[in-house]
Amino acid sequence: MYTFSNRLRLGSYIAMAVGLICLLTGFLTAPSNVEEAKAIVASSHGDDHGGAHGEAGSHSTEGYGGTVTASDHGESHNGEPTNATSDTMKSEHVVSHENTTAQGENHAVEGEQEYMVSSGHQQSHTEGANHGETHGSVSGHGGSHGEEAHGGTHDASHDEHLLHQLQNRPWAALYVAAFFFFMIALGVLAFYAIQRAAQAGWSPLLFRVMEGITAYLVPGGIVVFVILALSVMHLNHMFVWMDADVVAHDKLLQGKAGYLNPIFFLLRAAIFLGGWIFYREYSRSLSLAQDQSDDNSYFVKNFRWSAAFLVFYLVTESMMSWDWIMSLDPHWFSTLFGWYVFASMFVSGITTIAIITIYLKSKGYLEEVNDSHIHDLAKFMFGISIFWTYLWFAQFMLIWYANVPEEVTYYVARFQDYKLPFFGMLVLNFIFPLLVLMNSDYKRVNWFVIMTGLIVLFGHYLDVFNMVMPATVGDQWHIGLPEIGGILFFGGLFVFWVFNALTKVPLQPKRNPFIEESRQFHY
Amino acid sequence: MAATTFKAIYNDDDVLMSAVKRLRYEKYHIEEVYTPFPVHGLDKAMGLPHTRIAITAFLYGCVGLTVSVVMMNYIMIEDWPQDIGGKPSFGYLENMPAFVPIMFELTVFFAAHLMVITFYLRSRMWPFKEAENPDVRTTDDHFLVEVEVGNDEEALKNLLLETGAVEVHVPKKK
Repeated sequence: MYTFSNRLRLGSYIAMAVGLICLLTGFLTAPSNVEEAKAIVASSHGDDHGGAHGEAGSHSTEGYGGTVTASDHGESHNGEPTNATSDTMKSEHVVSHENTTAQGENHAVEGEQEYMVSSGHQQSHTEGANHGETHGSVSGHGGSHGEEAHGGTHDASHDEHLLHQLQNRPWAALYVAAFFFFMIALGVLAFYAIQRAAQAGWSPLLFRVMEGITAYLVPGGIVVFVILALSVMHLNHMFVWMDADVVAHDKLLQGKAGYLNPIFFLLRAAIFLGGWIFYREYSRSLSLAQDQSDDNSYFVKNFRWSAAFLVFYLVTESMMSWDWIMSLDPHWFSTLFGWYVFASMFVSGITTIAIITIYLKSKGYLEEVNDSHIHDLAKFMFGISIFWTYLWFAQFMLIWYANVPEEVTYYVARFQDYKLPFFGMLVLNFIFPLLVLMNSDYKRVNWFVIMTGLIVLFGHYLDVFNMVMPATVGDQWHIGLPEIGGILFFGGLFVFWVFNALTKVPLQPKRNPFIEESRQFHY
Repeated sequence: MAATTFKAIYNDDDVLMSAVKRLRYEKYHIEEVYTPFPVHGLDKAMGLPHTRIAITAFLYGCVGLTVSVVMMNYIMIEDWPQDIGGKPSFGYLENMPAFVPIMFELTVFFAAHLMVITFYLRSRMWPFKEAENPDVRTTDDHFLVEVEVGNDEEALKNLLLETGAVEVHVPKKK
């Protein structure tokens, strides 16, 4: 039996307390009216704002959030960049390229329609076409504000929009952290169900660890559900389609209202969470009953339920990702988004299993778990990191190539305002695990797996951050008090709940039919 | 003069594994083992040094990546830039997403092919090479272990039979 060490428990309490204070500070310092919002932006422009995303060109996007009105969304602005670049002939390439670039720099200062060009070294021709569209109509959420925007052409809707972004920030920080830790538990649940359904022989020694982590589904799921319910009750502006005013002026959202409406949204969330939590609790009870049993009937039953759960999970997980994340940008859609979110939660979950297993081993528990088990988990970390990148790239490349205005907006917002977290995430989630976990021997070095795992986890936090923030706070993002507070609070809650669940039963299953194979497992 | 060896033939891979472990435990030197299929864990049981093929695979992958980048930079950017799908080829980085699948494929292609070729050459196998295995049955269903004879031939012979060898070939006395 595992006993929760006092230091870890105390640590989790402190993390929760500090996190709570940071979160509350975030909520209390959020502006309550337009004047405060303007003051905040004005004071922060000088220092961290410029540093965080002051890459060349990112501030030249005058007013595409605020000045384009809601009725504009039908037309796409085929601005000058598109024509300038696509009409060039082969022999003129170099010249015209220089021209476009030079133009871009000029126009960036003027801040008119040509804003695309200046940032367009990656996407010069894609960007011109699409800005007015989505961001304008979705009441500008995710729109970005050039510096000029704060000097010159203000209008009331723009200020309102800025206020909403700043008010969203603590909510979005709360939501990102709550979802991230919930997603870890859900990823572990999927991994666990796959081990059960595949009747894997290597992993039964780790089942109690996985069950401990999935215990967090209950509090984590409830918190996420409460946040969603509060959004439905208009306590924040994260999901713009929940705002009846916005929908009234938006043809696309009216068309989606049959699916994206508050009641059905909450109902779906309740069904998803109910199904996942039911499977978790039931499979856990079968798993414990198997230990007391004298035949394998509970094991077989668990196998059947796990296979059925995986079918349920793959459908509901995909829908969950549309509901909880993709609908933050309600005009935008991507068919493999569910897989992409799945890859992220899967690799985070496996990484967490590895980290907690190694921690327990270092404390003298789980003696039977050997380096080969860790090696296999690290192989999964490596493989699923590559899988995540594959999906990320598959989604990106098709959108980049097809260049359809309502699709590329998603990446334009990230390229312009989220350069550091967006590309930093690619380094942390792909290049880093690729190079570091490639060597077979390193996957067996426990402290190495822990350090790598922590970095991968941070990378996937950033992934969720990049999914949520551009649509909710636009260019007003920082990693500051509310964000760190969210990580600390939910991290503390996660550690407390998981390790508390681990103390409930012995860490090694007794009567699993594959336990001997797992004990003998070697690579 | 090359050390003389006994050739013991086994007909089961599990028996072979335990025999190899036993021989190593008794401090005999195993020259070579011939098997009809790869036996999992045999390399560790024989105490062979860790393979370095993974390092070569990484290096070959790097070569493939470099070749693909240089090749496409020349073909698509320098030599004959085109405007494909409204994306004129102004520079490599700008059009990089379109090249990623090829970069990936050539990395894998180089790593896989050169790794196999390296493996063949390192195993001294090339076209028209005479087979080295001492008994043709090792390509069918038998396992052959070559053990270097120590001071006591009789003891080794008994040990091999004891470990489950179905035949032991003793070289003729000169």
